[in-house]
Amino acid sequence: MAKMTMVQALNLALKQEMTRDDSVLILGEDVGPDGGVFRVTDTLIDEFGPERVIDTPLAEAAIAGMAVGMAVYGLRPVCEIQFSGFAYQNFHQIENHAARMRWRTRGRLTVPMVMRAPYGGGVRALEHHSESREAYWAHTPGLKMVIPSSPRNARALLAAAIRDPDPVIFYEPKALYRAFREEVPEAEELMEIGRSQCIRQGDDLTMIAYGAMIPPTMEAAGQLEQEGIEAEVIDLLTISPLDDSLMIESIKKTGRAVIIHEAPRSFGPGAEIISRLMEGAFYYLEAPLVRVTGYDIVIPYFSREKAYMPDVKRILEAARATLNI
Amino acid sequence: MPRTPIEIKESLEHLAILNEHGEVDVALEPEISRERLLELYRAMLLGRRFDERMLDLQRQGRIGTFPPIKGQEAAQMGSIVHLKENDWLVPAFRETAAEIWRGRSLESVLLYYNGFNEGTIIPDHQKDLPMAVPVGSQILHATGVGYAAKYRNRGDIVMTYFGDGATSEGDFHEGLNCAAVYQVPVVFICQNNQWAISIPLKQQTRSGTIAQKALAYGMPGIQVDGNDVLAVYAATAEAVERARNGGGPTLIECVTYRVMMHTTADDPKRYRSEEEVEQWRQKCPISRFEGYLRQKGFLDDAGCAEIESAVLDQIQTAIHKAEQQMAGPCDPLEMFDHVFESLPAPIARQKEEVTKYLAKQASAKGQKEGRHG
Repeated sequence: MAKMTMVQALNLALKQEMTRDDSVLILGEDVGPDGGVFRVTDTLIDEFGPERVIDTPLAEAAIAGMAVGMAVYGLRPVCEIQFSGFAYQNFHQIENHAARMRWRTRGRLTVPMVMRAPYGGGVRALEHHSESREAYWAHTPGLKMVIPSSPRNARALLAAAIRDPDPVIFYEPKALYRAFREEVPEAEELMEIGRSQCIRQGDDLTMIAYGAMIPPTMEAAGQLEQEGIEAEVIDLLTISPLDDSLMIESIKKTGRAVIIHEAPRSFGPGAEIISRLMEGAFYYLEAPLVRVTGYDIVIPYFSREKAYMPDVKRILEAARATLNI
Repeated sequence: MPRTPIEIKESLEHLAILNEHGEVDVALEPEISRERLLELYRAMLLGRRFDERMLDLQRQGRIGTFPPIKGQEAAQMGSIVHLKENDWLVPAFRETAAEIWRGRSLESVLLYYNGFNEGTIIPDHQKDLPMAVPVGSQILHATGVGYAAKYRNRGDIVMTYFGDGATSEGDFHEGLNCAAVYQVPVVFICQNNQWAISIPLKQQTRSGTIAQKALAYGMPGIQVDGNDVLAVYAATAEAVERARNGGGPTLIECVTYRVMMHTTADDPKRYRSEEEVEQWRQKCPISRFEGYLRQKGFLDDAGCAEIESAVLDQIQTAIHKAEQQMAGPCDPLEMFDHVFESLPAPIARQKEEVTKYLAKQASAKGQKEGRHG
């Protein structure tokens, strides 16, 4: 086992999948000699050549649209969109084609592609580089929407996404790209897409989060423990299709939940999570379900970003409020 | 430093071989066997008659909205016949004749336009993509399929179709640009039918031709008389050979005309004159080709009548079969099939919800009928 950053772990997944299967190829902007602006595809071109690590013209719709064609042909393209804020230029290709080719052709043609894109705030980036718009993709039938939260699960989920028979939108929390290292086994490791994970057990409160919100959520849970409160933490990992089984089981035990995401609040993933909890565990609820989220505004330039992003203090405040009801 | 002219290496041609009276330019006449010519004629006539019959069906309420192809039969058939079985057709939505040539059944077309998902099933032996409704979006798929074909080196090529309106879409630019950068084996066929619903070509682009856009991408482009099946055939033959031999993509602009409405929901009288339409009717690709075949001695009145009758029979049989299929059981729950390879739990629950609801409705209906019966 080696201790790796998330960037290194993603690189490992790509390298191993490309070695295993010559139908896997990468396409994106600056993914070749540059290794991607975050270096996720670093050195892959040396090993696999420019036919499989394809530097594209600066054209996001082309990246996704060509990937649809490649996937229909039988390849497994992995697209890199440099920042998720530029993925809207390919939204029509994903929504109109990638997500529904299987459905339209009654299973005859499929699009086993992955679209990787870094998302989220907290890294003092330029505007258009910090959004958290997973709800767009999660709202589109026919897509799977995955967001890892650590080097190890990023590697295992990306490998699974590449092998998935359907299109997967893979948002990478760029705030966590190099935030910490974790042991990542060299041997192949896959995680099932569509499964959430309970990463901390507790009986008093359920906290539901994903991606870059996992570290502050875990830190908040740690502080609550010092106050004698045991919080259970569920890491979604897959946003869609949403696995509600663990969260419903958890809230039946705790009766209280805080949902944390940096995406804007209205129509965000939290809204769907709360609906599922209402449907699955209404009679077990002890307090109103609470959201700690970004606001329904453009994410501010970074001098004001801190006030927008959910952090440990805001999570604790919400947790204590719901515990006091 | 002085201003110096930049030499543009590529040149542009317009190709026409058959004039409006079916007279051929012998020097340019492509060598095509009698059998092939008659096959072409039959396929064009099938496209035309099927289109006309579908319009009747639509007006009678027997199918829904559809986009007629009338007048564009030469642009489609002169190009599509060059594909081999292992090649790929990536159509837009006004290529019914080309799709039928590739093996799409007439029944499938009728099913699609009458709202049945069964109409976008691609037969197993076929490599093609289903038609694409969002304008121009399929152009990028063609480039991607072409990239994959080149990567796998299986010798297959791609042909994709789009209209003049699609050339204003970003996907057209990105698709052609990438195709040229990667030198993929794709033939881009623009059916320039002069109208994108109500917008005429001159409001779509200030370019003198669509073909010249190819030059900016660094690929060969040619403009052909799209109502002249021999010109389309000859130009596409060159482009297909280039693609097969590693010479990269080509853009072919077929100058044609949408004689009918955009779709059956459209009323072209609101935006164009009957005189203009009538002028183009005189340039009918089928009668011109028929004239040529008669002059060659390949067709006579009896031959025409025989083909006409066979085509009408084929259409009638297909309508009968499609209507039988459409009158049969149509399980609404099939809408939940093929969303993913396997149905995720949340959607499975929704399917169960619909199943129960439908069963309840059926049972209530049964009881009501029982009371009245």
